Amino acid sequence: MVSRRYLLVAATLALVMSSGAQAETIQVTIKELAFAPADIHAKVGDTVKWVNMDAVAHSATTKGGWDVTIPPNKTASAVMKKAGEINYHCRFHPNMTGHITVTAP
Amino acid sequence: MRIRPIVMLASLYLIGTVPAVLAAETPTDPQIAHIAYTAGVIDVEAAKQALAKSKNKEVRDFAKNMVRDHKAVNAKALALAKKLKIKPEDNNTSKALTEAAKTERAKLGKLHGAAFDKAYIDNEVAYHKQVNNDLETVLIPSASNAELKSLLETGLKVFQGHEQHAEQVAAKLQ
Repeated sequence: MVSRRYLLVAATLALVMSSGAQAETIQVTIKELAFAPADIHAKVGDTVKWVNMDAVAHSATTKGGWDVTIPPNKTASAVMKKAGEINYHCRFHPNMTGHITVTAP
Repeated sequence: MRIRPIVMLASLYLIGTVPAVLAAETPTDPQIAHIAYTAGVIDVEAAKQALAKSKNKEVRDFAKNMVRDHKAVNAKALALAKKLKIKPEDNNTSKALTEAAKTERAKLGKLHGAAFDKAYIDNEVAYHKQVNNDLETVLIPSASNAELKSLLETGLKVFQGHEQHAEQVAAKLQ
């Protein structure tokens, strides 16, 4: 039946669009010992990618959560898995701090 | 009489043994380059001593970071000096720094275990505080080349990070 098939296609499309298809990558540049932008907004499933332009290694570290090391002139990323307000800092240079607001997709 | 900053800087490193170190004027770029480079070499040496003596993970991780960061910053400094054709010039301040470091190394060399860890980290806090203060008040304002000034400013941010990191490790050792 046509209408049922149509429904199936629509449902499949909706599923594809809600899962992963809309996930984005948000870039944060590290330069001169600072995260820029220091404050970002992401949705659950999005990836945050840090681009380290400094000559020294940095990290994006959360207390009791993820810990990403970004070598000099390299990139590293983390997938935001749950909603919440995340404060992070560099383990090697605690004077560097950043914030991510993660909301439901 | 107004004491010149460079004289104060030199004297701060040589607690109680100053007179011979009375340089005079504001440091020149070749002198500044040498002072900054020397300060980095000293901290790498201190870290190597810590890696040879300490078994504490926090202390060892910190020391590894010091070796890595100071080597990276000094490599940048050397590359810049080459590019600008600045020949780093030994001076009373860098000599005083080296002398003070030698004394500190000998003092730390006699300590072991937790006593060494605490003394090393406490000195790292004090040393970075001192060097950062000198960068802010003497070296950066005195640098005449814009690229050198900029590298010193980046160095200051890196070392301010080290100061905070050292304070965190010190707090955990209490």
